[in-house]
Amino acid sequence: MSEADGIMRLRQPISVTYNWSAGPNATSHLNGLLDGTLVGKRCPGCSLVYFPPRNGVCPKCARILGEDVVVGPRGTITTFCVVNVPFLGQKIKLPYVAAQILLDGADISMQHLIQECEATDVRIGMRVEPVWKDRSEWGPSLENITHFRPTGEPDRDMGVEAGAS
Amino acid sequence: MADLCAVVGVGQTKHASCRADVSIAGLVREAVDRALADANIGIDDVDAIVIGKAPDPLEGVAMPELWLADALAAHGKPVFRVHTAGSVGGSTAIVAAQHVMAGIHGTVLTVGFEKQSDGNAMWALSVPIPFGMPVHAGAGGYFSPIVRGYIKRSGAPSHIGAMVAVKDRTNACKNPYAHLHEPDWTLEKALESPMMWDPIRFVETCPSSDGAMALVIMSEERADKHAGPKAWVHATAMRSEPTAFAGREQVSPRAGEMCAEDLWRKGGITNPAKEIDVAEIYVPFAWFEPMWLENLGFAPRNEGWRWVEDGVTDIGGSLPINPSGGVMSTNPIGASGMLRFGEAAMQVMGKAGEHQIDGARKAVGHAYGGGSQFFAMWLVSSSKP
Repeated sequence: MSEADGIMRLRQPISVTYNWSAGPNATSHLNGLLDGTLVGKRCPGCSLVYFPPRNGVCPKCARILGEDVVVGPRGTITTFCVVNVPFLGQKIKLPYVAAQILLDGADISMQHLIQECEATDVRIGMRVEPVWKDRSEWGPSLENITHFRPTGEPDRDMGVEAGAS
Repeated sequence: MADLCAVVGVGQTKHASCRADVSIAGLVREAVDRALADANIGIDDVDAIVIGKAPDPLEGVAMPELWLADALAAHGKPVFRVHTAGSVGGSTAIVAAQHVMAGIHGTVLTVGFEKQSDGNAMWALSVPIPFGMPVHAGAGGYFSPIVRGYIKRSGAPSHIGAMVAVKDRTNACKNPYAHLHEPDWTLEKALESPMMWDPIRFVETCPSSDGAMALVIMSEERADKHAGPKAWVHATAMRSEPTAFAGREQVSPRAGEMCAEDLWRKGGITNPAKEIDVAEIYVPFAWFEPMWLENLGFAPRNEGWRWVEDGVTDIGGSLPINPSGGVMSTNPIGASGMLRFGEAAMQVMGKAGEHQIDGARKAVGHAYGGGSQFFAMWLVSSSKP
């Protein structure tokens, strides 16, 4: 509680518990994670592959996503951020690299952590691969992958894709 | 064909990191009272009220339209709430203008607000997404990779962001309502500012602010009889796109380009850089100034940073951007878009005080929100189209 100019301010913490229904299209993706497989979905209209298949709908043509497609596990960094800011509930040591990774076979990047190299060595176009937690710790989450690390392959020329999603 | 309308009153609060001296209702009332006084009308002269604020699940009160109906004297009047993330201040003003342009109401009061000190908007936007990897870190963490993409694609030197930051902080010193009054920034000092979300330095980020902005908009019939300066609304435009889709152009979103093309077409503008006298655009991270200069069609692709470097966007330049100090100096999120729209109106009304651009006749207000996916713009002028 604090006062300024005679006006009282109250601090009132609240917490929220909520449910989240994955829906059938995200469920095959989540089941894949339980099995250590990266499963995306292809749009029957534009043939593009979404990983993760967010709402089960193609954001471009609004059609319901169709067949399951296994993607990755390797991918290419399209852009990244070096995070130096501590934030609420942060579990990762600073500084860390949060990168957009375009998994092989997918048409949209996803965000994950880059480790096992210096932040200053991370580049747009760098090839990376996932490092998985021990299988006993797996759940239906991308957190099964602790981080991605450089594969040592030559960089890919991203051209105008640099910075794209 | 839509009717004409004009802004006849503008009012904003003194913005600060914590307006502990007022409640949310008091903050909103402060802006509303100033807008009504500026228009020289009373609340009884208002036919309808349109309010907007940015999403924050926990900011003091979850349903401000309930909370604020009394503070806004909305007895017996329609109240609408608009909700489009960071662009909301712009889209709220557009909804208000459209009520008048549609011929439904003669005088509409509109207000955008945010009391960031009552909640935690930055981290409210960074709650872990179910089943995802929790590596995101606030709005800066979201936008920094996009800025990196712009730097790589355009070849911009790394000091451009700092130049925009110094310009906006310096401009804000001419605006008595601005949150940050920091006259001592130099480029040299700004370049020493720590990297928060590399490539974004601390100085290149906007503050968290408490504040509100209100506008009074009148029909042509009423505005013609109304004494005092007016900002005639020549065009409004809005466009949206999904947050993420394959091959999405994140640096210069298509929705933003389409929105600008629509605005220029409706406003009869063929050469925006030449015909627009001043623009207030939504720049929460300094690098977005050159990025939006290109997205809006002012500067050619990959050339926006050169305009910054050459001083084109300074108060004395040929296209002053954010003479008020902009979002970089004041960011009550839900009000920030309406501050851009209102400051554009103030420029053509000749009411911008120390940050007035001499002879400003046509001005643009711009706002964007979400993951660069909601766009709202208007073109206002000192004279009718």
